[in-house]
Order: sequence, then structure tokens, then C-alpha cells
Amino acid sequence: MDATRLKPVDVVVIGGGWAGSIMAKEMTEAGQKVVMLERGPDRSTAVEGAYPGSIDELEGNYRYRLFQDLSKSTVTIRNNMRQRALPYRRMAAFLPGEGVGGAGLHWSGVHFRMPPDDLILRSKVIERYGKSFIPEGMNLQDYGVTYDELEPFFDRAEKVFGTSGEPYMINGQVVGKGNVFSPSRSQPFPLPALKDVHTAHLFRKAATEAGFHPYSMPAANASAQYTNPYGAQMGPCNFCGYCSGYACYMYSKASPNVNILPVLRRDPLFELRTHAHVLRVEMDSTKTRATGVTYVDREGRTWTQPAELVIISAFQFHNVRLMLLSGIGKPYDPVANEGVVGRNFVYQNVTTSFVWLNRNIETEQFIGTGGGGVAFDDFNSENFDHGPLGFVGGSPVWVNQAGVKAIAAAQAGGPPGTPRWGSAWKKGLVDTYRHSLRIDAHGANMAYRDVFLDLDPTWKDAYGLPLLRMTFDWKDNDIRMNRYVVDRIGEVARAMDARQVQLTRREFGVPFDTRKYQTTHLGGGAVMGTDPATSALNRYLQAWDVPNVFVIGANAFPQGTGYNPTGMVAALAYWSAYHIRQTYLKNPGPLVSL
Amino acid sequence: MRGGHVIALLAGLSGWGLHAACAEPARDERAEIAAGEYVAHAADCGACHTLPGHAPFSGGLAFHLPMGTIRSTNITPDPKAGIGGYSEAEFARAVRQGIRRDGATLYPAMPYPSYARMTDADVHALYVYFMKGVAPVAIPVAPNDIVWPLSMRWPLVAWRMMFVPSRDQAGQQVRRAFADPQLARGAYLVEGPGHCGACHTPRGIAMQEKALTAADGPLFLSGGGAVDGWNPVSLRGEARVGLGRWSEDDIVTFLRTGRVTHAAAFGGMTDAIRHGTQHMTEEDLRAIAHYLKSLPPARAEQATWRYDAATGRALHAGDLSARGARAYVDNCAACHRTDGHGYPTTFPPLAGNPVVMDASATSLIRIVLTGSVLHATHQAPSSFVMPGFAARMDDQAVADVVSFIRQSWGNAAQPVSASDVAAVRRSTQASTQGQEGAASSARQPMN
Repeated sequence: MDATRLKPVDVVVIGGGWAGSIMAKEMTEAGQKVVMLERGPDRSTAVEGAYPGSIDELEGNYRYRLFQDLSKSTVTIRNNMRQRALPYRRMAAFLPGEGVGGAGLHWSGVHFRMPPDDLILRSKVIERYGKSFIPEGMNLQDYGVTYDELEPFFDRAEKVFGTSGEPYMINGQVVGKGNVFSPSRSQPFPLPALKDVHTAHLFRKAATEAGFHPYSMPAANASAQYTNPYGAQMGPCNFCGYCSGYACYMYSKASPNVNILPVLRRDPLFELRTHAHVLRVEMDSTKTRATGVTYVDREGRTWTQPAELVIISAFQFHNVRLMLLSGIGKPYDPVANEGVVGRNFVYQNVTTSFVWLNRNIETEQFIGTGGGGVAFDDFNSENFDHGPLGFVGGSPVWVNQAGVKAIAAAQAGGPPGTPRWGSAWKKGLVDTYRHSLRIDAHGANMAYRDVFLDLDPTWKDAYGLPLLRMTFDWKDNDIRMNRYVVDRIGEVARAMDARQVQLTRREFGVPFDTRKYQTTHLGGGAVMGTDPATSALNRYLQAWDVPNVFVIGANAFPQGTGYNPTGMVAALAYWSAYHIRQTYLKNPGPLVSL
Repeated sequence: MRGGHVIALLAGLSGWGLHAACAEPARDERAEIAAGEYVAHAADCGACHTLPGHAPFSGGLAFHLPMGTIRSTNITPDPKAGIGGYSEAEFARAVRQGIRRDGATLYPAMPYPSYARMTDADVHALYVYFMKGVAPVAIPVAPNDIVWPLSMRWPLVAWRMMFVPSRDQAGQQVRRAFADPQLARGAYLVEGPGHCGACHTPRGIAMQEKALTAADGPLFLSGGGAVDGWNPVSLRGEARVGLGRWSEDDIVTFLRTGRVTHAAAFGGMTDAIRHGTQHMTEEDLRAIAHYLKSLPPARAEQATWRYDAATGRALHAGDLSARGARAYVDNCAACHRTDGHGYPTTFPPLAGNPVVMDASATSLIRIVLTGSVLHATHQAPSSFVMPGFAARMDDQAVADVVSFIRQSWGNAAQPVSASDVAAVRRSTQASTQGQEGAASSARQPMN
């Protein structure tokens, strides 16, 4: 395959989502000539968000309009090393995006800052409970960066995203009714919190009665019209409920397309190439320097784009795969427990419980915002004493009513015991749709030695390259954590005077099931850290072994978190970009010397 | 003198001083080219002479007129396809008097009745810009599509003699007495290069503008006939349908970004902003605003617009009994709100919007049918697209919702009928292309 060599540029950015757009914006601001390569099509509110076609549930959530084309490339999955992995051919458990905006176009909008203790979880657990508290086989790690270091970048991301929320503490002073467990902020949220939908209001009341500390979830769904620091404008959210899986027709859900790219596209230093599927990062003969990237265009032609700096900022597992395909960093070997690329692959530990209220209460589930809702963090992070409980990790609990749509409501059907057909099914479905609500335990998933990513020895993609293989299963520690937190949901449900409750707990011995949607919050696999023996990237997300490659994404998380990852990914992008601009560009080389 | 003023101003703004080390003549020429480019923006040359996606000023934009289709010409300096063979005098004669190099008269789609007032200095700068600052494009524009006998140009000579001011007359108009220099500058820009009246002044039986300057009386800029299916509103001081409730700041912001608390740009004005006014200096935009605000209402209006909360209250309470109310709530209210205030400057208000209350509902009907694009500008990088409803709503449904909008929130404008909608639908050929139309016109904005 002869690749045509293109004119060199300063920076090539792989992936047109949040991470790539933030990095491209920062690099053009630094005067760098940037080419962004996106393997999918261009996307805009004018087309994908054109009302009313934009809110076609069949197209959005069942035909996966904005998601990855699995006929070209996918992953293989197995539960453990004894099994042979098979390709993920049909979207279900997780939904990777494709096209300009990436997951940042189809996401829901939940926009958190990482809890400070989650960033230093290994140190914190050892400090509080001792080293022996960490279960055998759990690769618990610190991020190598602290909340205080990231705070300005969390703040920057919120301002760019137009995030709505209620602060609790600003510069050490309690200022509002926000999350009492949240760390101090330097600035308020750019927009006030979204209003509570009725279910969130009921949950807030009941959670308070149960003794917990509910707060308004921070959401990048604008609670009012907003102009961000780049001059990009957002409309206000109208609670239509078409966030996750859709391009927001109101321009009110933050996306790279709405919040960054309008400015970037006008910048002569920026060039976007769509339908550019990157095959590998090219390396020089020393394997310590990237020389550019090679990609295939829509017509099947192969191009090599030379660049001084390569930023890998596609979705989490694509980043890991590109590192493995390109020979960046040592691949992880779970048997020898060596190598770093593929190590600490994590997911998120989410279960959804259902509560049926009395029939005089209409829960109006068609209303929704992807990021809004009410949560409590009493059992998240290190906000509670894990000592007597004997597990690591935690889970926020929330009512995040994102708008239940017609097909989804029909699939959900009625309360437990309702037939799946006929008039009883219809009656049950109406009952659930009108009078129920959903409460999530949105838990963290820890990293384990035998849960990892590597290249599949059998299956290849449309370009003849090995697929990425996931080896993943739930572990007792995480199951126990989920069950403990779901029991707390039971307490809230009782305070809601529920007619019927279906508490959904993770069951021991039930393997990870790829057929059911759970969450797209995959993480790890090329994690950041301070020790090259246990991390693929240094604390600035620079590849340890190839200093002119930076890898931005949730792949950098050493273990899972209870929160949605986008806020952290965006902050890490700004953090990394800051250090590239301040230090790397002036003197290219490793930002951390050992 | 004014041209010199523009040059000085631009040189100061754009930092050509940085190139002082270069050879002097080159710097002067660069400054002259830049000054000419500024005049080209002020005269909005690009809006007609540049086809989206094509080389600048290579022409080809079609004007569909009752007598046939004419196309804007290639005005790049290519000697054959463009105007490379024009001397400066020939260029000036074409711009200000509408006489082509070969002596034929230009169709007055070219606004030479307004350009007649352009100063020698500005025309000179413009000439230098087109000859030296624009890349030649050797592609000829397709011929006009007008059948004989209407294709004969000689009657245009008489038209030109009757309606285009001579050099002397134009000069006198420019030099007439103004209260202050800002007003004079504003008048020059609006009546001259800006050619605002070409759209915003009513035309007479011979398609001539009924007034070319403010001195010609209150018809000047009092709202023009439909252009490409859009209905240009009055730019005078009417409190309901004109700029009576706009401040000078509003006008400046509008010309720079296309979006203010009262309204958002649409139709031909988006091109005027995109190719023209967004590139103008703050000082010139202020002059334009100051001048427009000096124009008294053309006609006495019954009363100023006052917001009426009744519609919003009814809709909020779930009362959809008013004709068109349900369609409004289902299709419009998410962005424009039940209270009609919209979310300016993202989604424009309908309550009190001059376009909504204009005697002609053509623009409003057309926007509902075909949708509209608010384009990005340098200072407002976000573009917003309203989808078209032609494919989803029949003429009666559109008439109902447009009438509802025109009669709610204190707007008190005349209702429209299904046949009014049908006429606009025919003229915009929107009936089958409504969604497509919005999508294709949306090709430019990508956010």
C-alpha cells in the first residue's frame, strides 16, 4: 500500500471530538498549523439537528445515526482469558460515535469535575484503610495530577461548554446549595442549574428525608442562552429529551460542533479532513519519534501526513488500538504483568432501578435533559467510610431524567410481572410511562490485572488490521459496591412513598453482557501516571516512550469513576495543551524526565 | 478626500506599518489595494459578483426577473472573461454611470444609480483593488437568458438618462449640507456605495428607485418591493415596522453580526452583512447608524408597538383555541417561545419584530416555508439554521400560523390567506424542496 506523502504540518490531530477540538483550538492559538483527521463525515446542527428529523427515535437510538460504522471496524469481546473473543457486531452495551463531534455530539451533557480523592485513590485508600485493603489483582493507581492542579482547566472547560450548575464552595467559602462533597471552585458555573423536572424534585425531597445530600447535576445543557469565551453561542435547553444519541436542534447541548468548531473552522491555521481513517502513527527508525500519520480516505487512497507533533484524541479504545498498531509504548502482558498499553482497562458500573409512584402522580417522563437531574454523592468516591464495607470505589445516585421516548417506553413495558404482549402489556407500559421514575447507581469500576485490551489474534478490520480485543468482566469488589449503594436507593424509594420498587443490583456470577446497553463510559488502557512501569502516559498525557505523541481521552483514567468522563477528558485536554504551549513547543522533548 | 480618509483609517487599523521595511511603492500599493478592498466591502460587490463556493468576483449569480434571467458578471481582472481590459476611466464610467466598456448600458441590477455618488478617490481605490488585488479568473459567465425584444439594451439608455444622476448632480448630492461630518459620512455610505436603497426603497413603474437620497423625500428607504421573494423593510423611524425602536448601537451590532435583541438578519441582508458590513470599521458603521436614525418615519403610524401578554398567558395555560396557536406551539415555540420574545441573540423575537409586523407578510411566509440561515460573521462565529416547513405544512396551515404570529403579542398586523402563502410558495419553488432548500442553503454554516 503506497501512501502519498502530503505537505508537512506542525500538528496532526486524530479525531474530531471534544479532545481533538480542544487540542486543535489550543494549538492554532499557539500559532501551529493543525490538520484534524476525522474518519466519519462532517456533522452539523443544520443537517443532523434539523427539526423534526433530528428527533427521530428510530433513526437516533435504534439505527444509530451518529455512531460508529461497525461494518468497517469494531472490537472483539470476551469475559476472560480462557475464552475466544468475538466481534461486537451490533451496537448494544456501549455506543462509540463517529463523525465530526464524535461522542461529544451524541453525548447527554452530564458535566462533572473529577472528585479530588478519585485522582489520588490509591494513596487515599492506603492512607485510610491500609495497603492490605486493596483486593488481590486490583491495579489501584493515582492519576499523577491533583484537583488543585486541574482546577483552572475544569473551570475553562465549563466556560467553553456553557455548563449549568449550582456551586457549593467558591474559594473556600460556602456559597450555594450545590454538592456538599464537591471541592472548592475558583468561579461559579457559567449558567445557573437547570430546573428540576418533577421526578428530580420528588427525588430531591425523598433523598433529603433519607438523610442524604442531594444537589443539581452539573449539565452542559444550557439553562439559558449563552456565549462562550470563543464567541460561540448556545440556545437554551427546552427539555425536549433528545440529547443522548442526537444532535441538539436547539444548539443548547454543548458539542465540539457548536462550542469550538465554528471558531476553528474559520481559522486559516486549521484544516479538517473528514472520512480520513487513520491506520497508524508513523515512527522513525529509533521508534522514539513519530513522523506523522497514515490514513485512508473515502476512496480508499492512502495518505501520509507528516507532522512535528501527533495528538491521538479519538475515542478511548481507538486511542489504545492506535498505540498498539503503531508500536507506541510497551503492550500489556497480563501473565507477566508487564507493559502498559492495554493495562487498566475499565468500564462503569451502572444499574438502573425503577420506582412506581401512586397513580395520582404524573412523572412526565417525556420531559428531559441529558445532563440535568438531581444526585447525591454520599456514597461516591471517598465521601463515606469504606472500612467496614470492605470494598473500594463508590457511586453517585441520581435521577437523570433524560426523556423517555416512545420506543424505549414500549421496550421497558410494565412493572415486574407484566406480560410482554397484549392489553395487560399496554396497560403496564402506560402505567410505567406515566407514573414511574428511574434511579441510577452510577458507580465506579476498578482496574484489575486480568481486565485489559490487546490486539485480537484472529479478527481484522476492513483495512486488514487486527481488531482491538476487550477482556472484561465484573469483579466481586465492584458488585458489592453496587449492591450496597442500590440498597440506599431502596431507602430513598421508601421515602418517596413508592407503590412498587424494582431495585436492580448487580448479581454475583453474572458475567458482563454485551447485549444490553449500559454506558459508553469506557476508560483506561493507556493511563496517565508518574511511573512508566504502570502508565503509558506521563502526567501531561505525553507518551513516555515517544515524546512527540500526546494521547488525550478517557484512556488516561487509571480506574473508573462514578462520574461521567467528559468533564475530566476536557479538563485533561486543556491541562495537556497548557503544558504543550508553555513548555513543549518551546523545547520539544519529554515533559517529565526520570 | 473621503477615499483618502478610508485609506488613512485602514492603514492605521491593519498595521501595514509593520511592513515599513519593504520597498515604499509596494507598501503604498498594498495600502491602496487594501483601501479598495474596503470600498468593495462597503459597496457589497461580493454579494452579487461572487457565487458561493466559487472564486471571488467571478460572477454568475442569477437574478430571476420577470423578463428573464440575468447573471452577474465576472469582474476579476481577466482581460477576456473579466474586466482586465478596462481603463480606470472606463471602470469609473461603468460603476457610476452603468455604461459598459463597449458603450452598452448595464442592467440596473447593478446599482449604479447609487454608485453614481461614489467619490473619485473611492472609485480609484476600487479600480486598483480589482486590477491588482483580485485573482483573474478566465471562466466566462453564461450569457443572460432574456428573449428578444426585451434583450435589446437600447431602451436602457433612456432609462439611464432619466433615472441615473449625472456626475454633477451626484456630486451636488454628496456635498449637500449636513448637520455634522458623521451624518455626511453616513449619508455617503448609505446613499452611495452601500446602495441600501436598491432593496429598501420602493421602485416606480419603470423599476426606478422612487428616491435616491434622503433629500428626495420620505420614500427613501421606506421599504422596498420583494427581492428574490424577500420583502425589504423600512429603514426609517417607524416605531412598528421601521428602525424607530432600534438604537444606534443596535444598528451597528446588527450590521456587524446580523443579530440583535430586536431581530436577526435573513434573506438578502445576510449576504449584505457577510460580504459587506461585517468588514466595515466601527466608525463607518456608527456613521451609517447615525444617519439611518436621522430619517423620520415615512408615514404616521397608528401607535407604537406595545407588548401584549395575553397570547403568552393563554398558551402557557394550554389554551390553543386561537387559529394557528397549536401549530405555533408545536413548531415555533421551542425557539421563539410562547411569549414571543425568543432568545435573542440566538433565536430572534417575533413579538415586536418589524419584519413580522410589516404590511407585506412575504418575508415571514417565506421564512416559514424555506427556513432561514443566520450566517456567522467575524464577531459572531455561530450560525443558526431555522428549518423550512414547506414539506410539512400546507398553505392553510402556514397562513394560520403566520396570521397567529402577526396578530399576537401586540403585533396587530393583517392576517394572511392560504392564497398569499401559495403565491410565495410558487415564487420560491418551495413546495417540494422545503427541507432540501434549508439543507442546501445550510451548506455554509457548520455548527
